Amino acid sequence: MSGPAAESWIRVRPRGLYVVPGDFYIDPSAGVDTAVVTHGHGDHLRPGHRRVLATAETLAIMDVRLPRKRGPERRALAYGERIGIGDATVRLAPAGHVLGSAQVVVEHRGTRVVVSGDYKRRPDPTCPPFEPVPCDVFVTEATFGLPVFRHPDAAGEIARLLDSLRLFPDRAHVVGVYALGKAQRIAALLRAAGYDRPIRLHPALGPLFDLYRRCGVELGPTEPVAAAAAGGRGGALAGEVVLAPPPSLGEDWARRLADPLAVAASGWMGTRRRARGAGELPLVISDHADWDELLRTFREVGAPEIWATHGREDAIVRAATAEGLRARPLSSIGAGPAA
Amino acid sequence: MRAFAALLDRLVQTSRRDARTALLADYLRRAPDPDRGTALAALAGGLDIPKVSPAALRALALSRIDAALFDLSREYTGDTAEAAALAWPARPGAAAPPRLSEVARGLAAAGRDGAAAALPAWLDALDPAGRRALLALATGRARPGGPPLPVAEALAALGGADPAEAEEAWRACPPPHVALFAWLEERGPRPRAGARPAFRPPMPARRLEGPDPPALAPADWIAEWQWDGLRAQLSARGGARRLYARNGADISAAFPEILEAAAFDAVLDGELLPVRGRNAPGGGGAGLAAARRRLGRAGAAARPGDGFPARLMLYDILFDGAEDLRGLPLAARRARLERLFARAAPPRMDLSETLAFDGAADLARLRGLCRERGRLGLALKRRDAPYAAGRADGAWIVWPRAALSVAAVAMYVERGEGAAAPAAWTFGVWRAGPAGDGLVPVCKTARGPGAAAGRRLEDWARANAVARFGPVREVEPALAVEIAFDAVDPAPRRKAGLELRRPEIRRVLGDRPAASAARLEDLERLLAPPGPGG
Repeated sequence: MSGPAAESWIRVRPRGLYVVPGDFYIDPSAGVDTAVVTHGHGDHLRPGHRRVLATAETLAIMDVRLPRKRGPERRALAYGERIGIGDATVRLAPAGHVLGSAQVVVEHRGTRVVVSGDYKRRPDPTCPPFEPVPCDVFVTEATFGLPVFRHPDAAGEIARLLDSLRLFPDRAHVVGVYALGKAQRIAALLRAAGYDRPIRLHPALGPLFDLYRRCGVELGPTEPVAAAAAGGRGGALAGEVVLAPPPSLGEDWARRLADPLAVAASGWMGTRRRARGAGELPLVISDHADWDELLRTFREVGAPEIWATHGREDAIVRAATAEGLRARPLSSIGAGPAA
Repeated sequence: MRAFAALLDRLVQTSRRDARTALLADYLRRAPDPDRGTALAALAGGLDIPKVSPAALRALALSRIDAALFDLSREYTGDTAEAAALAWPARPGAAAPPRLSEVARGLAAAGRDGAAAALPAWLDALDPAGRRALLALATGRARPGGPPLPVAEALAALGGADPAEAEEAWRACPPPHVALFAWLEERGPRPRAGARPAFRPPMPARRLEGPDPPALAPADWIAEWQWDGLRAQLSARGGARRLYARNGADISAAFPEILEAAAFDAVLDGELLPVRGRNAPGGGGAGLAAARRRLGRAGAAARPGDGFPARLMLYDILFDGAEDLRGLPLAARRARLERLFARAAPPRMDLSETLAFDGAADLARLRGLCRERGRLGLALKRRDAPYAAGRADGAWIVWPRAALSVAAVAMYVERGEGAAAPAAWTFGVWRAGPAGDGLVPVCKTARGPGAAAGRRLEDWARANAVARFGPVREVEPALAVEIAFDAVDPAPRRKAGLELRRPEIRRVLGDRPAASAARLEDLERLLAPPGPGG
């Protein structure tokens, strides 16, 4: 693989990463003509595009999350399916982040750039695993790009939740989760650990659970939280697991639960400072690669050049440079005169 | 180590007493000896391990972590030990994780200079949470913070013992407390302190609310002043001497002058008082604050000529030599205390005087003297009662002096945790500022209003909120409320420079405009006068 330097045909524009020969953006932050979208989280999937290319699952998530009227023209790409856009070719590879999440593999005249989107390397029964794609430039997320982020085994963290249910059978365990991805992964992890009681869902989570199930993901029995928490002034759902988006924990429905015990589930919970105020049981469960996994991924894709974004670029750039890679923050690409 | 790390992580996140009791009891029930006793000592502060210095810790981290990356990590966590623990690179195929007791023994044996050398092998074998717990232990910071751990309750839950009994056995049995757990699990005899100066749980007093004097038969009771100091237990046994705070914390190092004066063999109960002027027992206000600061600084502040040397006001005796007097009635103990006092004539100590009274009216009169004399109120004790630790059974009663009150203005209200918890209110008084009068907070309290009035207040807050920060609402400065309080204490770190002691919501001053509430100067006048050193 030796073609024109990627910098000559990939630009960082105000709306995001732009592929010149294909005239398209990857995960643009505002409406554009053609967008290739890696996955359905709000900071990657924005409304207002004329044409969207993504996996069928991500397009289905788009239908749930964004208003449907005047929706964009859509093109579903299966993992591995190649498509030509202008003078570039594009295919999607699994990223292992959430259902439908993909890396974007872009080739132009023999140079291959892989844009990772968000990714993780741990097994996750709710989506296919990350696939390392050899490339010339790997554009990596670096959300957890500091050596203090070393995620423990997720099964061990779920065991702590089950342990708490055993010890506090009189309290409703309310897990604060993102509606897309984390909620379903927690459910799947609970099932893998043998937990078979119905999991109660905040109304915001129902549609995405239905969607995951339509895509063939096993999540076990769930029930809306509303029914159980509606009556009376407290005491509902003692000893049960409730999944809810974090901002909703202060709402009135949560005050009707039996002495709620706030559980958090996020990669940020690994440090005391971030865990403070996050409830009684912060679990370190992440859908992103941790520090070791970022560096391991760089080795596996074999790219001589790393562009880092979405996080602490300075630390990961330093570590990748120490391993002999040409690494820099994505924000420096196309920002100054071409090197 | 893994179970201990998980316990520590949960205790750090939990301040609720019932939840902490359950967590601690569950760990102690399931962990093996001697790990569980080591954990208890680490969490409660009784583990004797030399501390690894910050410099040694940093050098340790840099032996495996790039300096720039470590500095970024340190900056992110705000804590050197945590950054080192989390950023420590994993070593696949390392040895099995060490046990907590093994780590504690190893660190103690390695000493201050050798500890850093012992750490890498353990760090290699642990997961991130385990590494963090290990370095917390090695840097002497394995106590979870927050309110005191409910150790007595957790031990009691373990064996069906009474919490006071369990606490005494715990204090009598040094780490790793193997005999304690054997006793709780009915496999061994109850541990006793013998001739060691161990802490004994103190006898609690019930607090009497309201202005009406209790109906007591004067012949059956003695009355004393309730001193404004720090309750302390002086244990001089078998040649060793210790001073304990009422929660069992060893405060010997902070008050060497008291230990020096304890040339007798006994365990005594009393109140530590800062001395104001020459030899006169003082108490309260700035002197008490200085005494509390000394607890934080241990021996450092105890130079002769320090602004506030302390005296110990004695009022009970638990042991006279090896003889346990706690089963005797108060009258008999008091006689023994007086005999000991006459015999030993200890410097820096006084006997708490008993106050003659002949009925309710007389008690009310004595109570009326409290404020001008700097006493917190009256302590009333049954003559025939044994010295009983544990739950206050009414044999000792504290009747606090009449409260003061002030008209203050509601500023913020914070929702309580859980459906039934009352909201906590912050109240302020007026102070002149560059842009006219503004409110400055002087107290925060959830106490006082009762369920119905509390709900009405919260309804008012919802209707009059001007801003919201998570669980906290800022309200319109329009509601004047009468706050009852015991005293005004100096609080240099507060905006107002003072705070109210024991504030309580008394009633809403519905007809009174907020602008007519008190001013900061009104409260400043009530500050206890500074002592000779301040």
